Amino acid sequence: MEILRKIAVPVMAILAFLAVWEALVQINDWPNYVMASPSDLPAAYAQFWELFLVGSWQTLWRTVAGLGLAVVFGLLLGMVMGFSRIMRDALYPLLVGFNAIPKATLVPVLALLFIGQHDFNTVLMAFLISFFPIAVSVGIGLSTLEPEYRDILRSLGASRFTIFRKIALPKTLPEFFGALKVSVTLAFIGTNLVEIVSPHGRGLGALFLSAQTNSNYPLMFAVLIALAVLGIVLYYAVVALERIFAGWAERQAT
Amino acid sequence: MKNLIEIKGVRHAYKTRTGPLPVLDGLDISVPEGEFCAVVGPSGCGKSTLTRLVAGLMKPDEGEVWLDGKKVSSPRKTVGMAFQNPVLLEWRTILDNVILPLEIVAPSMPRRDRVVRAEELLEMVGLSGFEGKRPSELSGGMRQRASLCRAIVHKPSVLIMDEPFGALDNFTREDLWQTMRDLRAKEPFTAVLITHDLRESVFLGDQVVVLSGRPARTQYILDVDLPQDRTIDVLYAQKAADMLQTLRDQIKIAQGRDPEAA
Repeated sequence: MEILRKIAVPVMAILAFLAVWEALVQINDWPNYVMASPSDLPAAYAQFWELFLVGSWQTLWRTVAGLGLAVVFGLLLGMVMGFSRIMRDALYPLLVGFNAIPKATLVPVLALLFIGQHDFNTVLMAFLISFFPIAVSVGIGLSTLEPEYRDILRSLGASRFTIFRKIALPKTLPEFFGALKVSVTLAFIGTNLVEIVSPHGRGLGALFLSAQTNSNYPLMFAVLIALAVLGIVLYYAVVALERIFAGWAERQAT
Repeated sequence: MKNLIEIKGVRHAYKTRTGPLPVLDGLDISVPEGEFCAVVGPSGCGKSTLTRLVAGLMKPDEGEVWLDGKKVSSPRKTVGMAFQNPVLLEWRTILDNVILPLEIVAPSMPRRDRVVRAEELLEMVGLSGFEGKRPSELSGGMRQRASLCRAIVHKPSVLIMDEPFGALDNFTREDLWQTMRDLRAKEPFTAVLITHDLRESVFLGDQVVVLSGRPARTQYILDVDLPQDRTIDVLYAQKAADMLQTLRDQIKIAQGRDPEAA
């Protein structure tokens, strides 16, 4: 019953959303170039399914690769900022400034820096846009660790690394996964940004661009929906990882 | 009996923006092996600094701290600590929380032996059957019991406690005093207990050290001349009442007030 409810409720919500969309288009009698309707989409998927598969895969792996880099780099940066006040004071303004730069402006910069390296540029952008929340949350998690937690191991002569591995790291995991949920969406946006903005791109973003060039409006909407589905898959993959590694932080509803 | 803990003429000041802030100014404490030393004093008088000194987590500006015939200059494995906040690790079960110090102190000890040792202690404090629970599933008193087990699981020669019962309600606190008394009878540690509860200091201590207000020095030492297997009733007898009166007067002096005033 519980499982049925968990699946049925979101599915019903999605169906209701599609019905309203379809109704809006039909009632207003919008042509395709204003707004395609859900009933136009299956034809688009059927016709271009191969492009969708290839594009989805390209978008997916580059997002995940960029996010992976962001996790490694964000963790390292967070550790440095969490354990050293001086490094925190030094790096914070730089990080905030970098994060404030609209990432769209970086696309041509990267394109010139690494000419023709499309995959590399895309992964790099996914990484650049998504490491910030991870670094900040890990840094804050580590720097706000209560001193008693450190003292119980330090009084036994444990090394800094042991204290990090046994206490600081696991204790920061809930914050880390909170940030990862934000970062996964950001990385996805970063990937698509490069795919859409740079010429001769790959992935779903490039498919969207070519649909626009060819005035294939149903295809454009089909790509948007495919992007949404991919985003949902990525997000829930992170949620599943969180359940496994930081499930202890979730309190039972009482 | 030799003194296991020897604190001689310790002075210490913290550096602050407005200059040095002296917290300890001539501290002398001796605790014979196996004895229980309770330390009381006005709040903010440097009691917690004392625990960090004994644990070797910091060095005093002046004076010496000796443990078991060796001068303390860095942390050592023969110390156990418990705080007011039980600081259990939420992602570990109670059993694995208790085992934690053994992972540091005795890395080669087989898991089976660690479990046996932890279960033995959990049984002593009345937590049998809770080994697999998470800390968040336990009450405050139970968490503190688990924290005490963790502090002594590696058989430390010194147990340092910084107001471990301070955040508990009165009934739970008295239960834990008795648990502490029973643990003492079975486990061979020498204890330093920082507290602001005079009844606690008399019930558990073999001696009660009264610190003066900041900067703290040893102001008064009370020998608690009561039997080892005391019960809570002892606190309501005349002898304990006299001791509590003496301690209250000493605290007033430490606070800079007149002991004759109300």
